[in-house]
Amino acid sequence: MTTPAVELVEVRKSFGATPIIRGVSLAIEAGTRQALIGPNGAGKSTLFNLITGKYPVTTGRIRVRGEDVTGLTPYEINRRGLARSFQVTNIFTRMSVFENIRCAVLWAAGYRYSFWHRIGVAREVNERAETVLEQLNLTARRDVPAGVLSYAEQRALEIGITIAGGADVILLDEPTAGMSRSETEHVIALIRQVTAGKTLLMVEHDMSVVFDLADRIAVLVYGEVIAHDTPERIRANAAVQEAYLGVPQGVA
Amino acid sequence: MSTPVATRPFAVPGVARAVRARRLGLWLAAAVVLVILPQLVRTGTALAIMNQMGIAVIFALSFNMLLGQGGMLSFGHAVYFGIGGFIAAHVLNMAGRGALWLPVPLLPLVGALGGLAFAVLFGSFSTRRAGTVFSMISLGVAELMAASSLIFDRFFGGEEGITTNRSKAPLLFGLEFTRDRQVYYLIAFWLVVAALAMYAFSRTPVGRMANAVRDNPERAEFVGYSQHRVRFVSFCAAGFFAGIAGGLFAVNYEILTAENMGLTASGAVLLMAYIGGIGYFVGPIIGAVIFTFLQSMLSDYTGMWLLYLGVLFLITVLFVPMGVAGILMLHAPAWRSGRLGRLVAPYLVTGALGLLAVVGVIGLLELLHFVAVSEGAGATKRLFWMAVAPRTLTPWLGFAALVVVGALGVRRTAPRAAAAFNEANQSL
Repeated sequence: MTTPAVELVEVRKSFGATPIIRGVSLAIEAGTRQALIGPNGAGKSTLFNLITGKYPVTTGRIRVRGEDVTGLTPYEINRRGLARSFQVTNIFTRMSVFENIRCAVLWAAGYRYSFWHRIGVAREVNERAETVLEQLNLTARRDVPAGVLSYAEQRALEIGITIAGGADVILLDEPTAGMSRSETEHVIALIRQVTAGKTLLMVEHDMSVVFDLADRIAVLVYGEVIAHDTPERIRANAAVQEAYLGVPQGVA
Repeated sequence: MSTPVATRPFAVPGVARAVRARRLGLWLAAAVVLVILPQLVRTGTALAIMNQMGIAVIFALSFNMLLGQGGMLSFGHAVYFGIGGFIAAHVLNMAGRGALWLPVPLLPLVGALGGLAFAVLFGSFSTRRAGTVFSMISLGVAELMAASSLIFDRFFGGEEGITTNRSKAPLLFGLEFTRDRQVYYLIAFWLVVAALAMYAFSRTPVGRMANAVRDNPERAEFVGYSQHRVRFVSFCAAGFFAGIAGGLFAVNYEILTAENMGLTASGAVLLMAYIGGIGYFVGPIIGAVIFTFLQSMLSDYTGMWLLYLGVLFLITVLFVPMGVAGILMLHAPAWRSGRLGRLVAPYLVTGALGLLAVVGVIGLLELLHFVAVSEGAGATKRLFWMAVAPRTLTPWLGFAALVVVGALGVRRTAPRAAAAFNEANQSL
């Protein structure tokens, strides 16, 4: 068996006395697109925050591409090839759209904390940023401050910042939240395109999106993974239906 | 620019080249102005003020590396200016004694290294946090240095400070610094070098990440950067350039006291940057020039000059947070479309009326100041080139009338000026 892109071993997280993540073990195979679903308050975003180093785990280990990243900071984990987006748009509001993307490229391109390189002539960085802008369909908005973009554009930029550095493991937290049908379709096409050949783990509430995009689905309920399987088998899983899909909103 | 750019990876190279050429032109023009300025204004006072301005501009630009570009509000930036100055002064004295070889033109570098060393020391812990915590630590460091200046008497020279003599240092290429004009060219040289370097810094990877950390420290961490490290690098650079200004101060005034690194000096540089506009590279330059000008001019005429500067700062914070540079930038569309001329008349009318109100307010304040402070110092006071008698009713009524007329006039004509502004800035 190949090394999983992300591996969680008995991960637990409590806030004070309240356990939020109650022993999650999960292996995300490299090169797959997977979805993390579950009812509100199940701990999906918390799990993302643990994997990406925003919160420290209470107990358990987390490995990214075989390397133990437990206790590392977000930037250290990011440098190991894992990037994430946020549920609430998290961009550099006063900088131009282009600068937003360019900042996300810099570390991966090896520029570190350099004050001896001129950014304007960092050819590979600028070309990469322009390419990502084209993928996002934001080239026309290149020099606009990111804060004045429309909501859908900001969500696209959010994904752009996540993938610009070329990370192998992409975590997207509700990329289609608050979007219209057509905007959602557009974003799904974008996600498909930019995650080709990479590992994707996404939190998503829209079941049509989940079953359309995911190779495998993990179901998180009250801080525990109750199922992790292919879409067909998740659909047929009695425990999942009871805990989650049984709710009246229905399955697509 | 909505055309697809699939065929060209860079957005319109011709435009980029034109922008670059114009920027280069601006820098060259600034350098030329600096060179010929002493030929135009020849009085000693003017030269002294220009020297002061040059130092203030470098200092304010270095401050804006923290506030404008890095989002760090420091209440103690004068610490690095002052330390740089003290170290430069001591080194200049050693050079004068022949203890080491260092000519005056290189002295600002000594100040810069001094500023950098202390920025590394204090920045290592103060840049761990942003926002209020950072500001509070900067305040603490400023207090710490103020206390140290009393304790380390030998280094800071106590109340009298440290004096030095620039004419005793060894010469480089036979350059002497006996007269103010010679010092002016030294300051102008370092001003251009430092300003160019600070501008260049804002266009390096870490300079851009300073903006990113300012806007959203969390996201910066998720693209691979430690917010602490990014702030630390900016902080060190700001200390370095503040040290250059401090070194020039030592050369120019040949004296440094603990005041030069005190809270008042730190407050002054904050006012300069803010009045000029922290969102623009030129902002602190404009602010430092205005502040220094008012400081040196007003203090000749009135004991209340600090009050006026404070009011100017308040007005900026309340009504024009983008600063003078921001106001100028608002007119860029009108400038580009060649419609700036249409604004002259409405602006002049409203501006003249506003000036009337300002004169009235100043008159009233000065009368108040005279009555409150200078008891029995004669019955008349010179105000705006006329003699007035503060203890009679006439001048009070006169200035009050100016305020009323001016204020009403501004209220009447401001909408017209605003309409003219909107029309001139409308995109075609």
